[in-house]
Amino acid sequence: MGRIQLKQVEKSFGDVTVIPPLDLEINDGEFVVFVGPSGCGKSTLLRLIAGLEDVSGGVIEIDGSDATSIPPAKRGLAMVFQSYALYPHMTVRKNIAFPLRMAKVSAEEQEKRISNAAEVLNLTPYLDRRPGQLSGGQRQRVAIGRAIVREPAAFLFDEPLSNLDAALRVGMRLEISELHKRLKTTMIYVTHDQVEAMTMADKIVVLQAGIIEQVGSPLELYHTPRNLFVAGFIGSPKMNFIEGAEAEKYDAHTIGVRPEHIDVSETEGPWRGTVGVSEHLGSDTFFHINGTGLADALTVRASGEVGLNRGDTIFLTPQADKIHRFDRQGLRIG
Amino acid sequence: MATQHSRSAARFMMAPAVVLLLGWMLIPLSMTLFFSFKKYLPLRGDSLGNGLDWVGFDNYVRFVSSSSFWPSVITTLLIVGGVLIITVVLGILLAILLDQPMWGQGVVRILVIAPFFVMPTVSALVWKNLFMDPGNGFLAHVYRFFGATPVEWLSQASLQSIIMIVSWQWLPFATLILLTAIQSLDSEQLEAAEMDGAPILSRFYHIVLPHLARAITIVILIQTIFLLSIFAEIFVTTGGAFGTRTLTYLIYQRVLESQNVGLGSAGGVYAIILANIVAIFLMRIVGKNLDA
Repeated sequence: MGRIQLKQVEKSFGDVTVIPPLDLEINDGEFVVFVGPSGCGKSTLLRLIAGLEDVSGGVIEIDGSDATSIPPAKRGLAMVFQSYALYPHMTVRKNIAFPLRMAKVSAEEQEKRISNAAEVLNLTPYLDRRPGQLSGGQRQRVAIGRAIVREPAAFLFDEPLSNLDAALRVGMRLEISELHKRLKTTMIYVTHDQVEAMTMADKIVVLQAGIIEQVGSPLELYHTPRNLFVAGFIGSPKMNFIEGAEAEKYDAHTIGVRPEHIDVSETEGPWRGTVGVSEHLGSDTFFHINGTGLADALTVRASGEVGLNRGDTIFLTPQADKIHRFDRQGLRIG
Repeated sequence: MATQHSRSAARFMMAPAVVLLLGWMLIPLSMTLFFSFKKYLPLRGDSLGNGLDWVGFDNYVRFVSSSSFWPSVITTLLIVGGVLIITVVLGILLAILLDQPMWGQGVVRILVIAPFFVMPTVSALVWKNLFMDPGNGFLAHVYRFFGATPVEWLSQASLQSIIMIVSWQWLPFATLILLTAIQSLDSEQLEAAEMDGAPILSRFYHIVLPHLARAITIVILIQTIFLLSIFAEIFVTTGGAFGTRTLTYLIYQRVLESQNVGLGSAGGVYAIILANIVAIFLMRIVGKNLDA
């Protein structure tokens, strides 16, 4: 079981409030991702749940019982750190065994759980090596292995993939998702990378300056962002925001259209601009459009190769049903 | 140094330093060896000019068969061992303490290093006269305040006193090296261990201590080199009396007090052998920490 509830949890360091009072519910078996720009308090929030920081107020409940003042080891949570935090002088086997040794688990049971974890994570050939002799991805897996053997109520991941290269990151993302499907244990995952959030999460918590901007499934956030911040943060490339006269046509202070929801034409369309930088990805092409008079620059996505060059005139048509409207306060309308 | 050319240039430029260093080491060493096989009593009229008599291994046999030889070896080892244990243990504790965030950390750290800057002669005299003097020493006053009879430190507990003085001098060195090592410990490792359920003592034993292994090794090796040859502290306090005669001090007495250069030189060769035995043992015990 791993149901975690935060009730009016707040955290301040001296006079600086990092997290104003906040409520959050994490259900058993859920994969929850905390996402936000750096310094938004997402790691602090995770450390509060882990017990590595004391809350300044409020209650943290794990499986219905108050865990606010329980020390980290007793909360039944396991954490994977950004730096992996492996013990460099111990072999992989001893690293994974460490939490079991501390919990005074019997030797046979230790051996059983270690070989299980090693098998799940493809670490069996490396059990007698030291962390220094492993690659980044393998170290990451050892750190996860050390978390798995404890059979925790929930896993906490603190930006675990940020030290890996891009290719490895995609692979590990998949492995962690598969691990979650297999273990069905609650996982809380902190990242600043919205792609990781979108691909892995059951539920995304978007944070800014310690405040929860929106909680929802990846597609909910994509389709119905609650405000301008979430709209701009979720989705890549960023949503285009247009203010002024054009927005008023839609009875809004600001309208937002995602690059993939704008149709491109060389001959006709309501918006007209010139092509600036184009980014060719093969499957897609992203154009940065200048001189539309609507915003500094618009980004649009065209499928495949499009024969447009820098300086060409381009016509854009937003897909009417995909336009997001926001009021003066930046909140979603409708 | 990639190319043939740069390599030979490097050798050429290093040569003077290497030659100087070799001369520096080899000349005294060969002179010691030379004298150790000679009868050389300057007060009896022996001199290099008149030629010295070859006496074979006589000096070596005499030096070892003297009743002061083995006690001096044991005293040397006791002082080295005692100081090593005290400085490493207290050094670790002090380093942990200084690593805690506190007000005035910078000043405190400088104060901690201060004893290391005091010359051995001076610090030994300060200890002898200000602290350990049985009449007016600070410790004597403390003892009397509690109604106890003051200890005559340098005669009743002479070896312990010397170990205390030398430890006081070397503690800052150990603390400093260990403090930098502790500061380089990744705090996430400690947090991970905390999450893994390790209480504070286990965290120290399983995480901090292994992390410090290399620094401790360095402290032990460097201190041993210097501690084997401590002299000033003994010279100005007990003058080698009350069982504080180390091998170094014995050699000094043979050469300068008895004016027997040959015998002292033989002792010097024994000191080299002792130092090497200690070095071999140390490398066996702690040297593996320096690998990897």
